[in-house]
Amino acid sequence: MTPAIPTTASDAISIEIGGTNIALRTRDSSFRRLIENRYAGFVGNSLNSNFEFDIDLAEPSEFSEVGQGLEVKIQAGEWLLTRGDFRASWNPKTSYGYIRQSRGPYAIDCVLRIVHSLILARQGGFLVHAASAIRGGKAFLFSGVSGAGKTTISSLAPRDAMLLTDEISYVRRNDNHYIACGTPFAGELARVGENKSAPLGAVFLLEKGQQNSIEPIGATDAIQRLLRNILFFADDPSLVELVFRAACDFASLVPIRRLVFVPDHRVWDMIR
Amino acid sequence: MVERYILRSSGIAARLLGSEMMIMSTSDSTFFTLNEVASAIWQAADGLTPLSEIVTGNICPEFDVTREQAQRDAEHFVGELSQHGILLVSDKPFTEFSAAQEIR
Repeated sequence: MTPAIPTTASDAISIEIGGTNIALRTRDSSFRRLIENRYAGFVGNSLNSNFEFDIDLAEPSEFSEVGQGLEVKIQAGEWLLTRGDFRASWNPKTSYGYIRQSRGPYAIDCVLRIVHSLILARQGGFLVHAASAIRGGKAFLFSGVSGAGKTTISSLAPRDAMLLTDEISYVRRNDNHYIACGTPFAGELARVGENKSAPLGAVFLLEKGQQNSIEPIGATDAIQRLLRNILFFADDPSLVELVFRAACDFASLVPIRRLVFVPDHRVWDMIR
Repeated sequence: MVERYILRSSGIAARLLGSEMMIMSTSDSTFFTLNEVASAIWQAADGLTPLSEIVTGNICPEFDVTREQAQRDAEHFVGELSQHGILLVSDKPFTEFSAAQEIR
């Protein structure tokens, strides 16, 4: 798939998340501005991009025959992504991708999440349903399914904690340690995270309760619960294996604990 | 008693953590944790050693269990994992060819 009308370098806006720079090229200047505003703080230099995508905008009716559900598959080395509001392809070898989507930020947001999760999987990292913050030079992840308390713990963060995200955390492997990076993928707070990173200190699996406590958790349980929250979109067997290995390696190197908390500011006294 | 042979499916990812084996099916992402005894059976599932021999050679000497009990538990465990397609079962030893056929 290629754009209907060729784009030029001046049509590009670059989004840099976790050190990976993705240039998005569109001839539609208003859509470029929309991207620029949505990903403010994560706009990078398009001359340094690792990957490039051309974007064509289309009427929503064009996608009427496509199912609403997301489908991600690999075909001859090229990833094919479809949903009710976009069709996209991405070839990691050529670093080139193409998106045909309806106007609006949700399609591009979804494509970016998928592409980053695929990139990270090859590097031993992952995107995970978790809020994250930096405090005292270390990053902490607060993971859990919807309703577990990601938004609550984010909204209670003290002034000396820098919020990286309230929804989707970016975890990159660097030899035998992991780095958490800020993402623009916002949750209920609708607040883009800070574009910062720090070595990961611990992961807390969130549970609301009657009193604050940090409790140990068995390794297999930790891995199983972590896997439930890691984002992976494709049923591709090699990808599943990569994600499984990434979760096992991660759990052997980073402390994972259960954090039972009362939803008030005192919970942060335990996070150091 | 019909002899049974068991072989680990290639469509899985596995990791031994302490004495427990974690297994994930790469086809449907189902996750299993095997206890110490089940892990020992799983590791011995080479497709060539009869299940009864695995029980007498690998399980009974290592764990405090009678042969009859161990055989019953092993049969149950094998039945469960084979239902999920992560362990292949046959009444003949698996050759390279037959294993490939089964997996397909």
